[in-house]
Amino acid sequence: MSRELRLPSLGADMDAGTLVEWRVRPGSRVRKGEVMALVETDKGIIDLECFEDSTVERLLVEPGTRVAVGTALALLAGEAAPATQVGSGAEVTAPAVRASPAARVRARVLGVALEGLAGTGLGGAVTLEDVERVARTAAAVPVAGKAAGLRAAIAAAMSRSKREIPHYYVQLTIDFGPAAAWLGAYNAHRPPLERLLPAVLLLKATATAAREFPAFNGFYTAQGFESAAVVNLGVAIALRGGGVVAPALLDADRKPLAQLMPELQGLVERARRGHLRSGEAASATLTVTSLGEEGADAVLPVIHPPQVAMIGFGSVLERPWVVDGRIEVRPVLGASLAADHRVTDGRQGAQFLARIRDGLSKPEAL
Amino acid sequence: MSEARTTTTYREALREALRAALRADERVFLMGEDVGRYGGSFAVSKGLLAEFGEERVRDTPLSESAFVGAGIGAALGGLRPIVEIMTCNFSLLALDQILNNAATLCHMSGGQFPVPLVIRMSTGAGRQLAAQHSHSFEGWYAHIPGLRILAPATLADARGMLGSALHCPDPVLIFEHIALLTLEGELAAEAGDVDIRHAAVRRTGRDITVVTYGASLHKCLEAASELGREGIELEVIDLRTLRPLDDETIMGSVRRTHRLLVVDEGWRSGSLAAEVGMRAVEQAFFELDAPIARVCTEEVPVPYPRHLEDAALPSVARIAAEARRLVSRVP
Repeated sequence: MSRELRLPSLGADMDAGTLVEWRVRPGSRVRKGEVMALVETDKGIIDLECFEDSTVERLLVEPGTRVAVGTALALLAGEAAPATQVGSGAEVTAPAVRASPAARVRARVLGVALEGLAGTGLGGAVTLEDVERVARTAAAVPVAGKAAGLRAAIAAAMSRSKREIPHYYVQLTIDFGPAAAWLGAYNAHRPPLERLLPAVLLLKATATAAREFPAFNGFYTAQGFESAAVVNLGVAIALRGGGVVAPALLDADRKPLAQLMPELQGLVERARRGHLRSGEAASATLTVTSLGEEGADAVLPVIHPPQVAMIGFGSVLERPWVVDGRIEVRPVLGASLAADHRVTDGRQGAQFLARIRDGLSKPEAL
Repeated sequence: MSEARTTTTYREALREALRAALRADERVFLMGEDVGRYGGSFAVSKGLLAEFGEERVRDTPLSESAFVGAGIGAALGGLRPIVEIMTCNFSLLALDQILNNAATLCHMSGGQFPVPLVIRMSTGAGRQLAAQHSHSFEGWYAHIPGLRILAPATLADARGMLGSALHCPDPVLIFEHIALLTLEGELAAEAGDVDIRHAAVRRTGRDITVVTYGASLHKCLEAASELGREGIELEVIDLRTLRPLDDETIMGSVRRTHRLLVVDEGWRSGSLAAEVGMRAVEQAFFELDAPIARVCTEEVPVPYPRHLEDAALPSVARIAAEARRLVSRVP
């Protein structure tokens, strides 16, 4: 039976997008997570992923067309999921991308993702020309235009937030000594590529706490609040040309630090290239902003609707700290919570922050 | 200096090379079946007996093993023999001498006994001479360490390779393609020795590197002209020296075009074309944007009837079709 692939909302205030390029053709078999098309939004060009294994029947929209959210883009025929996907968590291997060796090298140099790219070479292989065309398409959108669009999107989302969400704030200063010591020991005998940054500890501690405090993790819609079944932790990422985006680390509470670290780096890289995946662009259930490198004591965040809370971290700074009645110099960290008073109250907020603090005091358990 | 040019043929250029070599060095002599009185089976040495006498242009019995062996002995003794074998098909009778003696003696004697022997033989098909006179074995000889293998495809190389080969301390085999003997063109009056180390780019182009040698060169150039009108640009490389191969020129071109087509009149399996393709995989894998392709002779003994011989050999149409396939795009 045919189903429609509709343009999803790839951000709270997105009501339309431009289909930049199809990565599939009629007859293409696509697996869940494969990129089907590139869609340009105010947040840049976003990879539109496939939600379940399907076969493309027909493409309904020409590249270059601007369409409203909800418009049918293609007709898909569903397929039974392969047996290996059932239960057990067995790893599903992605189908190998057919690309020429030269195209692979060029794609890496230009930062073009090969997954889902429709090749025009022999046997449908991705060629140098295909890679370069995609790179040109991505580069063709003027940077100034992108920045202006992003600024407008931030303005709309933040205005809506301050208009609709009754924020309250809770602040807590956290002794970062145990976490810093543990990180130092962890990194000491590891090669640079495997070392952890403090940010990943903050994210993991927040995600773990969010699982225990579901009232801060979810969406507030016209039907009221509904907590999310998973913790997709949004990470505010400042872009080089100005502006900020907050794509999500999916299932951040369930992934070990060694996995979150490269995922975080990949997320930052994709965000700055303006090439986020649809699955991560708009799925955050709770967001963290960290001004770690700017030297600020703390930050009071503005919640990103329809989320209901946001955690802010300042910089880790050396400050006098009272330990067993004596003053010591300790690395400390200002943590803040902005939360939606329609859903929670200050007392719960304080408990949520305290839970994050407890997590950071036992980093080995994260 | 004036750039005087004369109109000549491949056959005359080969003869002029022999004449110049015989004149330049009295240690040089030519021997082989019918090279004297008959003027050579392909009339290459016509007139040389009268000009240089029986000492230096010697007819031999029909025994390839014996006269190639005699050539090896003469080279070891200080002479500079040029041995002609009628066609490469018959060279197999002398393979023991070529492989076990000529190619090995210098190495087995720790460099004490170099064998400065030149063996010329005709190769290739296209003249309806049937299977026993039409094969291409230069790829087999290019397998053997200790030999240098040359394949002149142009008038300048027909004229120049022999002199350069005589200056080479190793045994050199020159494969003269029978289909090229009547090739006409202009040659500089002062044409002489040529480089025998490097391949030559005979036509530049950005889309596909076509590596070939011998008579196939001219088919490739014709295909390149045809495809040029369709906007497909072939870069045509004439290997010239089949051993040692000039990897640098081949890979330099593949790095520019990202596609490789090898055209070889030998049979496909275990061919020189296979060797060139494998080297491209070893040395330029990450530059390749399409599978490497080959156009070779069909794997049958070369047939006698014209239409079957044409069908078996690499043709302009097959080369052009393969090139088009390499740059074709899925809509």
